[in-house]
Amino acid sequence: MPPTTFRIWRGDAKNADFREYTTEVSEGMVVLDAVHQIQAESAPDLACRWNCKAGKCGSCSAEINGKPRLMCMTRMNQLPPGETVTIEPMRSFPLVRDLVTDVSWNFEVKKRIKKFKPRKPDAEDGTWRMQQADVDRVQEFRKCIECFLCQDVCHVLRDHHKHNEFIGPRFLVYAAALEMHPLDTEDRLADLKNEHGIGYCNITKCCTKVCPEHITITDNAIIPLKERVVDEFYDPLTRLFRIFKPKKPAESTPA
Amino acid sequence: MDQYVTHEHDVLVIGAGGAGLRAAIEASAMGCKTAVICKSLLGKAHTVMAEGGMAAAMANVDDRDSWKVHFADTMRGGQYLNNWRMAELHAKEAPSRVRELEAWGAVFDRTQEGKILQRNFGGHRYPRLAHVGDRTGLEMIRTLQDHGIHSGIEVFMEMTVIDLLKDGDRVIGVVGYDRERGRFRVWHAGAVVLATGGIGRAFSVTSNSWEYTGDGQSLAYRAGADLIDMEFVQFHPTGMVWPPSVKGILVTEGVRGEGGVLRNKDGKRFMFDDIPDNYKNQTADNEEEGWRYTQGDKSARRPPELLTRDHVARCINREVKAGRGSPHGGVFLDIAWIKERLPNAEEHIKKKLPSMYHQFHQLAGLDITKEPMEVGPTTHYVMGGVKVDGDSQMSTVPGLFAAGEVAAGLHGANRLGGNSLSDLVVFGKRAGEHAAKFAKEHGAGQINKQQVEEAIRLSLAPFDHGIEGGGESPYAIQHDLQQLMQDYVGIVRLEDEMQRALHGITLLKKRAERASAIGHREFNPGWHAAIDLRNLLTVSEAVALAAIERKESRGAQFREDFPDKSDECSKFNIVLRQSSDGSMCLSRQPTRELPPELKAIIEEQKS
Ligand SMILES: Cc1cc2nc3c(=O)[nH]c(=O)nc-3n(C[C@H](O)[C@H](O)[C@H](O)COP(=O)(O)OP(=O)(O)OC[C@H]3O[C@@H](n4cnc5c(N)ncnc54)[C@H](O)[C@@H]3O)c2cc1C
Ligand code: SF4
Ligand code: SF4
Ligand code: FES
Repeated sequence: MPPTTFRIWRGDAKNADFREYTTEVSEGMVVLDAVHQIQAESAPDLACRWNCKAGKCGSCSAEINGKPRLMCMTRMNQLPPGETVTIEPMRSFPLVRDLVTDVSWNFEVKKRIKKFKPRKPDAEDGTWRMQQADVDRVQEFRKCIECFLCQDVCHVLRDHHKHNEFIGPRFLVYAAALEMHPLDTEDRLADLKNEHGIGYCNITKCCTKVCPEHITITDNAIIPLKERVVDEFYDPLTRLFRIFKPKKPAESTPA
Repeated sequence: MDQYVTHEHDVLVIGAGGAGLRAAIEASAMGCKTAVICKSLLGKAHTVMAEGGMAAAMANVDDRDSWKVHFADTMRGGQYLNNWRMAELHAKEAPSRVRELEAWGAVFDRTQEGKILQRNFGGHRYPRLAHVGDRTGLEMIRTLQDHGIHSGIEVFMEMTVIDLLKDGDRVIGVVGYDRERGRFRVWHAGAVVLATGGIGRAFSVTSNSWEYTGDGQSLAYRAGADLIDMEFVQFHPTGMVWPPSVKGILVTEGVRGEGGVLRNKDGKRFMFDDIPDNYKNQTADNEEEGWRYTQGDKSARRPPELLTRDHVARCINREVKAGRGSPHGGVFLDIAWIKERLPNAEEHIKKKLPSMYHQFHQLAGLDITKEPMEVGPTTHYVMGGVKVDGDSQMSTVPGLFAAGEVAAGLHGANRLGGNSLSDLVVFGKRAGEHAAKFAKEHGAGQINKQQVEEAIRLSLAPFDHGIEGGGESPYAIQHDLQQLMQDYVGIVRLEDEMQRALHGITLLKKRAERASAIGHREFNPGWHAAIDLRNLLTVSEAVALAAIERKESRGAQFREDFPDKSDECSKFNIVLRQSSDGSMCLSRQPTRELPPELKAIIEEQKS
């Protein structure tokens, strides 16, 4: 293959711009390989994050030709041949340097979500019984590698900067994993409505489209959560009902 | 001299993988002010990549399992060079640690009765690995992380520790820099726990990430601690071999546990040709029986594909060298064939091995439900590391503890798959507990400013060299070291090749002194690579020296010039220590006699 040109965002929060690099692309290469090659050949101080090189750690998120993707899972031969490849940092987070952004906000948000609180163990030895069918949904959510690409693409954060009011799709998935966990007894619905801004999501599904783990964020996590919130706060019958009933009946399959 | 801030803690944990997080949770639960430092973001440590599962004798799938069988399996795998106390504690405590993860929110795959499901893995007599598809490490790290953030632990992300600080004999803190700004900091603590993982980056083909530069081993060594068993580096038999850019990336053993078979280019299942004597009565001698084993038939013996990793890796190596390999220098690993046996094979594979399916689909353009994969050995894990006390995990230096891959002892000459994730939580907890006790008893020590300043001066040196100042790119030096280790201290070892490697390391040390960095200190990977070289060189030297000293083939070490086990060598572990003139000195430490009750267990399980 002929050498390929890469336009890579270089600089820090104060001063940054695209710089062009050219490097040889060989068979099977992914975008992260090209970045590493450029580092070794001509830009040793080019900053980027990575760890696993196999789509498992969620470190190497970036925008490739304008699309939020993992650099380690984007093969060069999936991009238009012969054309310049543009690599930018995630735009919804403040730039640290080059392709590295400040994602610390996400870690702060997580702390605000009430932690897992299991029911009493089912067996004498302190263990629980759960059927596989009842944990399938939660396992889907727990595949999340915290790449934050969904946070990057969500317009509520990206365009409207509602970082203080809205926790974003990643943490709606996280809340859903807790709420739908068969053992969990905590109630997070009031927080979701009042503190976590679930109402800001208008179901555009952009988050689902970019998720490298193929989590059906909107349909499986956000919509059911929204329904629960509606049931809890806007349906007087359910509300009345809930006063007399524990929050989670021995529920197995979530609504 | 650079200004630096100083943080005060009771217990300081270096590393945020399974071992580090578990240690921090324990220390914090004991009322200690605790901090964790890690090189990457929280949740990205190596543990996240673990696939197959964590070993614990819960006997959920086969009620014949017990801690005794697990103990005996671990010792056999380690060829009896293990610290038997660790093997005992590990086998006894792993089930509680798994259940604890469930209590903290982990969602393991389930059995029909709704218990935690366990799968087969190489060297484990019964199905023993608690797992979540093939992303068990993610489940573990996320569970510990999500539990940990609510327990008052302070986390310092993207910061790298460059040296341990001492007051007299004792470790009392560390000095490091933050990657974002390139500024130095000091952490002052009553006790320090190393949980920094492995050394895979010393080799060119590896399943390990950039983080695995042997930092913990080398920090401990420079602080005067003993390293042990460094000759034992595990080469995992199945790494990807094609395309070149993904060479070394792991293909989980779970593929073979689910019925995947190894074939050479003639379609032959070559693993049946070479079954070691001590495994003969546990190993199937025909394909039919092997298949039944993977499908849970308790009367069947396991297929030879599930023999220990060192053995499988060498068999693959042999096939490739004999010209019977696959087109890209590996062999074939075939899971697609199970469609001959299972009606819904395609769905089954995707359900059981989702990330393998994904990985090959994305990175190699190959559908593992339809075609065989190409695989070959990859540097995966180091059994050796910091020598610790089996109960407390304290190193030979007071106040310095180690847990997880950086510590040594549990695995002896070879680690069984799945025994690492359980190691992390069993000994992470112990390290945290004993570090907390130590900190409470001893309080804080005195920081020596000179030591801090010297460490800072050394790590800034690469900027003085510059390229113009006769300096050299750290990447080139790193690359040459990796090639050297891969070629001469790899899977098949020979005395004169390893001597050549040692000589090469001496030359590379000289070059590393001139390693240069350009640009500024903010998030500068070139500079970081230059700093890492010292650690990589230390662990490389340790591996080569110990491997030369062990004149036999045992566990993960295969010496072409000494292809058999030797009785003499079964009686010692190799210890490395820094001598007063700064050179690396080696000694033999006699293995400790097993207590009669443990000996009896091993004998009992041999049948
Ligand atoms: C692809 C793959 C698959 C695996 N599958 C399995 C499996 O199925 N079952 C199993 O039991 N084992 C498996 N293993 C092995 C197992 O995952 C590792 O041995 C284990 O996760 C190591 O955990 P740890 O806590 O010791 O260290 P890690 O999880 O590697 O964490 C090390 C931490 O130390 C930090 N650190 C290192 N140096 C410094 C420094 N200088 N300053 C500050 N911080 C530092 C790092 O940033 C990181 O946070 C697998 C390994 C790989 C690579
Ligand atoms: S579906 Fe909701 S959370 Fe997802 S991108 Fe759209 S607005 Fe954001
Ligand atoms: S939900 Fe998907 S896109 Fe969002 S952080 Fe998790 S893995 Fe990434
Ligand atoms: S490097 Fe881990 S997801 Fe890309």
